[in-house]
Amino acid sequence: NVIFYLFFLLLCIRDVVGSDFCLIAGPMRRCGHGHCWLLGTLAFFYLVLLSGVEADAKSDHHSENGHHQNASSISGIPIVTFKWHHVETPYTVALWIIVAGLCKLVIEANHHVTNVIPESALLICSGFILGGMVWGADKKQTFKLNPTVFFYYLLPQIILDAGYSMPNKLFFTNLGGILLHAVIGTCWNAATVGLSLWGCHMGGAMGDLDIGLLQYLLFGSLLSAVDPVAVIAVFEQVHVNEVLFIMVFGESLLNDGVTVVLFNVFDSFVSLGGPAINAAEIVKGIISFFVVAFGGSLVGLVFGLLLSLLTRCTKNIQIIEPGFVFVVGYLSYLTAEMLSLSAILSITFCGVCCQKYMNANMDEKSVTTVRYAMKVLANGSETMIFVFLGITAIDKTIWVWNTGFILLTLLFVLVYRVIGVFFLTWIQNKFRLVPLDLMDRIIMSYGGLRGAVAYGLAALLDENKIKEKPLMIGTTLIIVYFTVVLQGITMKPLVTWLKVKRATNNELTLIEKVQNKVFNHMLVAIEDISGQKGNNYMRDKWTHFEEKWMSWFLMKPSARKKHDHLFNIFHMINLKDALEYVDKGESNGTLEFIRNDTAFIDFKKNYEDDFSDVSMPDLTIDMGDDTIANPYARRDAVPSISLEMHKQTNYGLRESENINTHHLLQQHLYKSRNQHRFRYSRSHFDLNQDENEVQEIFQRTMRNRLESFKSAKLGVAPPKPITKHPRKDTQKKMPNGKSTEKRSYYSGDEDFEFSEGDSASGYFPRVTHRPGTGIENPSFMPDLDPRAPVQIPPWLAEGELDSTAGVAPSQRAQAGLPRTPSNLNRLAPLRISTRSTDFPTSSSSQQSNELPPPPSPPPYHPHKI
Amino acid sequence: VTVTMGAAQTRSEHSYQDLSDKTGFSLEQITNLHKRFKQLSGDSETIRNLNSIPDLTDNPIKNQIINAFFDKRNQRNGEVGTYREIGFEEFLMVMSHFRPTSRKTSEEEKKAIRKEKLRFLFNMHDSDSDGTITLEEYRKVVEELLSKSGNIDLEVAKAIADAAMLEVASTNMPDMAPDYFYEGITFEHFEQILSGLEMESRMHIRFLDVDTNTMRCDRK
Repeated sequence: NVIFYLFFLLLCIRDVVGSDFCLIAGPMRRCGHGHCWLLGTLAFFYLVLLSGVEADAKSDHHSENGHHQNASSISGIPIVTFKWHHVETPYTVALWIIVAGLCKLVIEANHHVTNVIPESALLICSGFILGGMVWGADKKQTFKLNPTVFFYYLLPQIILDAGYSMPNKLFFTNLGGILLHAVIGTCWNAATVGLSLWGCHMGGAMGDLDIGLLQYLLFGSLLSAVDPVAVIAVFEQVHVNEVLFIMVFGESLLNDGVTVVLFNVFDSFVSLGGPAINAAEIVKGIISFFVVAFGGSLVGLVFGLLLSLLTRCTKNIQIIEPGFVFVVGYLSYLTAEMLSLSAILSITFCGVCCQKYMNANMDEKSVTTVRYAMKVLANGSETMIFVFLGITAIDKTIWVWNTGFILLTLLFVLVYRVIGVFFLTWIQNKFRLVPLDLMDRIIMSYGGLRGAVAYGLAALLDENKIKEKPLMIGTTLIIVYFTVVLQGITMKPLVTWLKVKRATNNELTLIEKVQNKVFNHMLVAIEDISGQKGNNYMRDKWTHFEEKWMSWFLMKPSARKKHDHLFNIFHMINLKDALEYVDKGESNGTLEFIRNDTAFIDFKKNYEDDFSDVSMPDLTIDMGDDTIANPYARRDAVPSISLEMHKQTNYGLRESENINTHHLLQQHLYKSRNQHRFRYSRSHFDLNQDENEVQEIFQRTMRNRLESFKSAKLGVAPPKPITKHPRKDTQKKMPNGKSTEKRSYYSGDEDFEFSEGDSASGYFPRVTHRPGTGIENPSFMPDLDPRAPVQIPPWLAEGELDSTAGVAPSQRAQAGLPRTPSNLNRLAPLRISTRSTDFPTSSSSQQSNELPPPPSPPPYHPHKI
Repeated sequence: VTVTMGAAQTRSEHSYQDLSDKTGFSLEQITNLHKRFKQLSGDSETIRNLNSIPDLTDNPIKNQIINAFFDKRNQRNGEVGTYREIGFEEFLMVMSHFRPTSRKTSEEEKKAIRKEKLRFLFNMHDSDSDGTITLEEYRKVVEELLSKSGNIDLEVAKAIADAAMLEVASTNMPDMAPDYFYEGITFEHFEQILSGLEMESRMHIRFLDVDTNTMRCDRK
C-alpha cells in the first residue's frame, strides 16, 4: 500500500502542475556544470532516507516477506517478476525526493505568493497536506523526520554550504559580536526559558506535569537554537543590510553548534540525576562546553586546511576534485561527531577556511561545479527538511495539549530573545564603531527563527528519562511553525515598515573598489602613525602572514599569482568591459575615445565583441541595398555614412537579431552535421569546444552568411552554387577557447580574421583600432563575380573538408583575392589592435597587438573542392 | 625645577583643552597622541618627516599618507601648500579626520564630517592641489596602490586607473560629447561618485583613551 499512495500523491501533484516530470529537468538544466551532479545528488539522497525509511518499512516487510517467499517456490522461470521489496527503500526515498522537489516547484510557480509568504512556510504547509494524505492512506504516521537522518544526511550539506559561501571578511570583522550572541545569547535563552518555565510550573500554571528543573533547562537549551536553515530561507528573501545579515546568519550558524553542546551537557546532567550533581560536575559541564565548541571548530579548521592541501595537488584528477569538498567536509562532520565535539561548528569552519584556497586551487570549472552542487544539495535538503517538518505534524501521538505549557513556552522564547538581543547589542555597541541601531536590534530579535535543529534535538530526547517527551516535541513543533510561518511572513513587512537599512545591491564601481583599498591601507597607516595597535593593525598583520605563509603552503604557485586581488580586479575590468562593448559599444575602457569623435569606434566595437557571427545575415540583408548598389565604388566611398547606418540598424535590429541569433545557433552551431562526435569519457568533460567543431561552426556560419547575402543581393535562391564569399563588414572573431595556436584566416575577406582568443581565461580578445589613425574603409567590398563558380571558397565546400585543413583558403581563392598587399596596408590600421597602449591586456594570455595580416598566403593545405 | 614643571603642566593642559575643542579629541586621547608625537619627533616640537616608522614600510600608499600630514589643505584653514615641518597641532588636525563620530552627532554634522573626510581623501589624490584629480594623478594613485603586491605590472595599474576614470566620466556626464575631454575628477564629482560608499566604518579608527605602553620608539 505504500507504493500506492505514493503514486497517488505523485499523480495529484502532477495534475496540479499540469505537466510532466520533465518539468523538473528544466530548472536543473540551468545548473550547467552541476548537471552531472544530479545523478550523484540523487544517489546521495537514496542514502539519505535509507535509514529513515528503513524502520518504517520494516513492519510492512515482515508480513509481506512471508507471502513473497511462498510465492517464489513456483515451478518454471518467470519472465518478469515484481520485486518491490528489493527496491522498496531506495524507491521510497527517491519518490519522496521527487515529491519534495515537486512541492517546491508548485510553490515557486507563483511568485506573487512567495513574495508574501516565505518559501519555507509554504513548504511546511505542503508538508501538512502531504502528511494528511499519508495519514489518510495509512491511518497512522508512517513517515516523519528522523533525527538520525536529519543530523547525518540532511543537515551537513546545508551547514557546509553556509560555511563555504560565508563572506569571510564580513564574518571575521563581526566575529566578536557574533560570538557574543551565539554563546552568551544562547546560554541566556536556554537558562531563562528553562528557569521561567520551571518557575511557572512551580507556580502551578501548567497543571500536573512530570518535569523537573533539569528537564526544563534541557528543554530550554534545545529551544534556544536559532536555526540557520530557517533564517537563511527568510533573510535571503528580505535583503537586509550586510552587517545585520551577518549578525543574524553568523549567530544562527554558530549558535546551532552551541545549542547542541548545551543540549548534551544538560542531557548528561539529566542522566546523572539531580542529587548527583555537585559543583565539580557543573564545572566539568562548563569546561566540556568550551572544549566541545572550540574542539569542534579546531577539527573543522584542520580538515579545512587538509582540504586546501588536497586540492593543491588534484590537477590530474580534475574530474573528481569537486567531490573532495563534500567528502572531506562530511568527514570533518563525522570526525567531530565521533570525538563528541561539535559537528556543526566543525563543518562550518571547514567550509569557512577552505573556501579561499580551494577556489584558487581548483580549476574554474570545478569551482563552478562545487558551487552548483553545493546549492543543489543544500537547497534539496532544505526542501526535504521543511516538507518533513510539515509531515511530522500529522501525528496523534505527539499532540499532548497543555495550553499553559505551550503558550508560556512560546511567550518566554520570544520575550527572552528580545531581552537577550537588546542587552547584548547594548554591550556590543560600546565597542562598535558603527553602532547597531534600534531597527537592527528589533530585526535581530525578530529573526530568532527556530527550525529543524530544535525539532531534531527534541526528537532525540530519551522518553525514559523525560516523561513528557511528546509534549515537548509538540511544543517545539508549534514554536517552529510559529516562528517560521508567522515571523517569516511578517518579517518582510516589518523590515519595510521599520525602514531597516537594506542591502545596496548595486555593484561597487571600480573607483569605489580602488577607494576601498585605499581606505584599508590608509587606516593601517594612520594607526601606525598614531602608534596604536588596533583592528586594522591586526588585520594588516594577519593579511601579511596569510599572504606570506598560508598561501604559500596551501595554494598552488600558479593559483597564488592568479589569486591576487588586483589580478581579479583586472580580470573583472576586462570582463566588464567586454560586456559593455556588447551592450553599448561606446565605452572603450580607455580615455582615447573621449577625446576623439570617431563614430567608427562605436560601430567597430559594436561588432568587434559581438562575436556571435551568426547575427550577420540579418544585417547583411539590411545593408544589402546600400552596399550592393555599387560594390566597387564602395571601396572608395567615404565610409562614415554607411557606418552610421550600420550603427542604427544595429540598434534597431537588436531585438530581432537576438531572436535570429538564437534560432541560428540552435539550427547550426551545435548540431554540426556529421562531425558531432558523441564521445563518452569518464575522465573528461568536453563542452563542445573541440577545434574541429569550432571549425565546423565557423564554416557553417560563413556559408549561412553568404547564402543570405546572396539571396538578398542577387535574388538568388539561397542554396548553391554559391559563388564567392563577398561579404565584408567588420573584423570578426570567434573566441573558441583554443589559444595555443593562432590561426589567422585570410581570404578574399581579410576581415574574417579568425583570431582565436583565450575565452576560457575570460579575456575577450579585442581588436580595436587606434582612433584617428585613418580608418578608411571598414566596409570594404571585395569584387564579386557571380559567374565564377570555381572560386568557391573552401569552407563552403565544407562537406569534404578535412577539418584540419579547413580554414585555409584554396590557392585559387587566394589568387582571386581582391586585395593585394597594398590594400592591406591601407586597411592595416583596422587590424592593429592598440589595446596595449591604453588598455593593456594581462601578462601572458593575449598580446593583442595583432599585426596586419601577412601578405603571404596563410598555411595552405591542398585539398579537393 | 618643580615650578617650571608645574607651569609646563598647566600650560599643556590649557592648550590640550584648546586642541580638544578644535579637534574633538578627548583630553586623554590628546595626551596619548602627544606622547606618540614626541616619540616620532624625538622630543622636539616639530616633525620633519615620518618616513622612519617601521610599520609603514610595507604600506603601498605610505607616501601619500605622509604627504597628507604635511599638506596645508588638511589643516582646515584655507591655506594651500606644504609644510616643511609640522607641530603637534597640525599632527592632531590631520588625525582628527579619522576620529569616529559620536552617536549624538546630528545628521547635518555627519554630512559635514563626511564631506571633510572626502575632502581629505581628495586632497590626497590631488597631488598638485589644482582642484582636479587628473588621469595622471589617478594613475599614480593606483600604481602606488598596486606597487607592493608584486606581479602586477604598471600596465595593469594604468588600465585600472583608466577604467575607473572613464567610469567617473561616464557617470558624471552621461551625455558627454564625443570630443569632450574629461580633464579630471573635481571634488563635486568625487563626492558624487563615492556617494554610495559607506564611510563610517572605513575612515574611522578607534583612538584609545588609555596609553599603550607596547609602542616602540621609532626614532632610534
